[in-house]
Amino acid sequence: MPKRDHGTGGVGALVLLVLASLALITLDARNSSPVDPVRDAVGTAVGPVEAGAATAVRPFKEVARSLGSNRDLRHDVATLEAQNSDLRSQLATTSTDRNRLAEYDGLVRTARDTGYALVPARVVGIGPAQSFTRAVTIDAGTDAGVKPDSTVVNADGLVGRVVRASRSTATVLLIVDSDSVVGGRLGSTLKIGFIEGRGAVGGKARLDLDLVDDAATPARKDVVVSWGSGTGGPYVAGIPIGRIESVYSTPQQLSKQAVIDPFVDFSALDLVGVVVPRGTHGDRKLIHADGEIK
Amino acid sequence: MILLRGLALTGLVVVAVVLQTAVLGQVAVDGVAPDVALVLVIAAALVRGPEFGACVGFLAGLLVDLAPPADHLVGRWALALVVVGFLAGRLRHEAGSPVGAVLAVAAGSFIGTSIFALSGLVLHDRAMPVGAMGQVILLGVFLDVVIAALLLPGLLPLFRRLSPPQAIL
Repeated sequence: MPKRDHGTGGVGALVLLVLASLALITLDARNSSPVDPVRDAVGTAVGPVEAGAATAVRPFKEVARSLGSNRDLRHDVATLEAQNSDLRSQLATTSTDRNRLAEYDGLVRTARDTGYALVPARVVGIGPAQSFTRAVTIDAGTDAGVKPDSTVVNADGLVGRVVRASRSTATVLLIVDSDSVVGGRLGSTLKIGFIEGRGAVGGKARLDLDLVDDAATPARKDVVVSWGSGTGGPYVAGIPIGRIESVYSTPQQLSKQAVIDPFVDFSALDLVGVVVPRGTHGDRKLIHADGEIK
Repeated sequence: MILLRGLALTGLVVVAVVLQTAVLGQVAVDGVAPDVALVLVIAAALVRGPEFGACVGFLAGLLVDLAPPADHLVGRWALALVVVGFLAGRLRHEAGSPVGAVLAVAAGSFIGTSIFALSGLVLHDRAMPVGAMGQVILLGVFLDVVIAALLLPGLLPLFRRLSPPQAIL
């Protein structure tokens, strides 16, 4: 390669900046990271901008989503037909008040089924897969009563947990992230195990279940719910996670491994609910366990 | 003037990162979104050379590391984009044509995401099986080329206008 650049050609800058990056990585790798306040500050500044941009493009997103492949569309038709009949029956039985809040119905149902109070929030930022982190930004933060280690759910099931919260936004680590571990319980036998993400989203998103009891064999189609670590822990108990798709065992491991197909579609996340203690006061109304919104 | 240029550059980087997470993240293919910050760094480096490219790479990488919903160790994207900015800057005479610039983006995307993935493997931070990461990297290269073909015709003249007359940093 001909070298036409003058002098060192920026090698000095390269070395300096690479060393600066390495220093930052080392600083952030410590347990009480000194970078966290900076992260908070950037989150507080950039979060609202992300929320604004996401709100602005939301109508266009729906158009983009409708340009799916033929197979996706056929699947969508089936889902929509099912949803339609569902909604029709709801329409006949629920009050007009509830109809106005049709979008929140799923969350209300989740709150009622699980008995927790939820802060409604929308997903405003999605981390690219190139960062190999499956995390999203939601538009509710400490002002709404959201704290780190809160459970995040949607109408279908468990979404993830809050890892960090700024004033108006929070970062949610999805359960499909490769660093995420959730305590799970089999619906039929109540056996417990650990559920790990694989890092993929979309149709290929799968979770791995590793049961604590070596002798137990999970049944196919069995539903897995969260095991829960009390109200203060990162995951509350009894939230549906997914259905067991296949079971296998390897010679290296004594226990049976199972693959879980999650209920939540992580590539189409929008409205979610953050589990908060009852009586939390914030900048928006809470969805309570009795289905009330106040 | 220098202050003004610095502000304009910082503004561009912020717009790129917000565009990436809030807008393009919504239309991602299997979670892989076009990397606008990377295209911006390469455009800057192709116009202004390795030193400037590495600096913009550091700035952009740092913001990608810090802006929500990033949850990896801060400094990993900065490291990757510093190297990408430097290498793209060294190519500025070879990649003068539009096709050359798009090829530089393809190479930069591959190298940048690979450095990020490798740093994850070394640091045990968000490491996935190598095969899965390879798929993500290749899909990323494709999407980055597409977005570069759209953005470079606007970005390259913009950086030429932003550069001082003698083009020395």
